[in-house]
Amino acid sequence: MSEVLITLIVELEDRPGQLLKVLQPISALGGNIVGIIHQRGKKTPLNRLPVEISFKIDGSKVENLIKELKSLGIVIRSFNEVRLTATTSVLLIGHLIHTDISDTISSIDSDGEAECVEMHVSMPEISGPSTAIITISASGEEKLKEALEKLREVCRRKEIMIIEPVNEELI
Amino acid sequence: MIKIAIVGFGTVGQGFAELLIRKRKEIEKAVGKFKITAIADSKSSISGEFSPSDALKMKRETGRLRDDVSATEIVRNAEYDVLIEASVTKIGGGDGVEYIRQALKRGKHVITSNKGPIVADFDGLMKLAEKNGVKLMYEATVGGAMPVIKLARKYLALCEIESVKGIFNGTCNYILSRMEEEKLPYEQVLKEAQELGYAEADPTYDVEGIDAAMKLVIIANTIGVRARYEDVEVTGITQITPEAFQVAAEKGYTIRLIAEVSKEKLRVSPRLVPKYHPLSIRGTMNAAMFKTDTAGNIFVVGRGAGKEETASAILSDFYEIYAGSR
Ligand SMILES: NC(=O)c1ccc[n+]([C@@H]2O[C@H](COP(=O)([O-])OP(=O)(O)OC[C@H]3O[C@@H](n4cnc5c(N)ncnc54)[C@H](OP(=O)(O)O)[C@@H]3O)[C@@H](O)[C@H]2O)c1
Repeated sequence: MSEVLITLIVELEDRPGQLLKVLQPISALGGNIVGIIHQRGKKTPLNRLPVEISFKIDGSKVENLIKELKSLGIVIRSFNEVRLTATTSVLLIGHLIHTDISDTISSIDSDGEAECVEMHVSMPEISGPSTAIITISASGEEKLKEALEKLREVCRRKEIMIIEPVNEELI
Repeated sequence: MIKIAIVGFGTVGQGFAELLIRKRKEIEKAVGKFKITAIADSKSSISGEFSPSDALKMKRETGRLRDDVSATEIVRNAEYDVLIEASVTKIGGGDGVEYIRQALKRGKHVITSNKGPIVADFDGLMKLAEKNGVKLMYEATVGGAMPVIKLARKYLALCEIESVKGIFNGTCNYILSRMEEEKLPYEQVLKEAQELGYAEADPTYDVEGIDAAMKLVIIANTIGVRARYEDVEVTGITQITPEAFQVAAEKGYTIRLIAEVSKEKLRVSPRLVPKYHPLSIRGTMNAAMFKTDTAGNIFVVGRGAGKEETASAILSDFYEIYAGSR
């Protein structure tokens, strides 16, 4: 099974339950949601709301999924598939929440070729440092290297300690 | 008759003298007859005709040796063929640099356990040894008893060593493995390590990665990567939280202070190490992994410090000088 990262932008009517209509078929086919961004500022003239959904899924199931979504009447505005061939985990220690962890993480993904696909944060005390392990997937070793370099840069600036793995020969 | 002078008579210097006494028979069988002709510490010395056992006893009992002759004078004037330089490590090099230079200029072999001089002037000292037709050996500066330097220089001589990754500080490894096992914060484990004698009262040199970085510089130069201390990117272990081990464990990792050298990079930093990886060792152990073009990965592990272990590394250099090509 080869996993791919899909970034899907759909246009939803702005009322409850719409998002679920999209998410259900994705998870039914074993997809793993990575992120959902409501583009509230970008409503269409028909008053639809663009929503960006990214998820990992078995590449052979993509075609069926798209068919299924279309048959449910969901408007697909754009669709981008990236083959995730390189993955690594890194650990972050520091004031992750105060320094806006979602900004820290989104720094790795400027061209859609790399993505944080998993995250676990442990925050023992509100005022103390917290610890997170994040898993980054990218479309290739080069893209993964670039993503890590961006993350290092942001962590340096935010004084976050970054602990990289020793096994992957990325560095 | 091989004449040996020892400068620096603390844990390591004494350990080596004891080893020479205890293993005299085996050593003489390998290299021929030998004799300790001079010993010096920071303020006193003994030379000429003396019994090494008595010198050890006097040092232990009174903290000094028989004569007031200084270490510098011993190095310059005493009669010896090989200098064992085991004085205290100073980051800029310290007096050890001069001791080694003087001995090499006199055409004497030098074996050192002192990182300071080797880090401060690797090229200069090596060239000086070569020019004078003698050897400068430094196995004991890195990884205690485990063979690292001679492994790289001798047994992997015609391999391209692409990288070396290792654990070269037993104090840090002890602290990290205790934090992992006991889920305790750094400060508490450091205190425990200090009480057990695994960490100094001022632990900076170890926990900030300085010691590991000095050893990395020595390894780098040994495998042909020219490096100075300033070239190493160093991060210590003081900021590591107990939770870090828990979240890392969920992904099958532990955390160790890893020193890494390749053509592109020299760095000492905490790293995620897969639990199955040979570098995920526990306690005060040291380990090193060599990645080579033709020999694949070579891994060594052993005790990184200690009196006998360090003395045994010095003895292996001694053997190399006098019997290595046999
Ligand atoms: N201990 C280990 O496990 C280990 C492992 C690897 C490498 N090393 C290295 O081996 C060396 C010796 O370590 P150690 O543990 O034996 O240290 P130590 O017990 O503190 O002994 C240091 C010795 O050096 C002498 N000394 C200090 N300054 C001197 C100077 N300017 N000139 C001449 N002698 C001087 C001291 O003299 P006094 O006796 O008069 O104070 C003492 O005899 C260090 O460079 C250390 O980094 C140690």
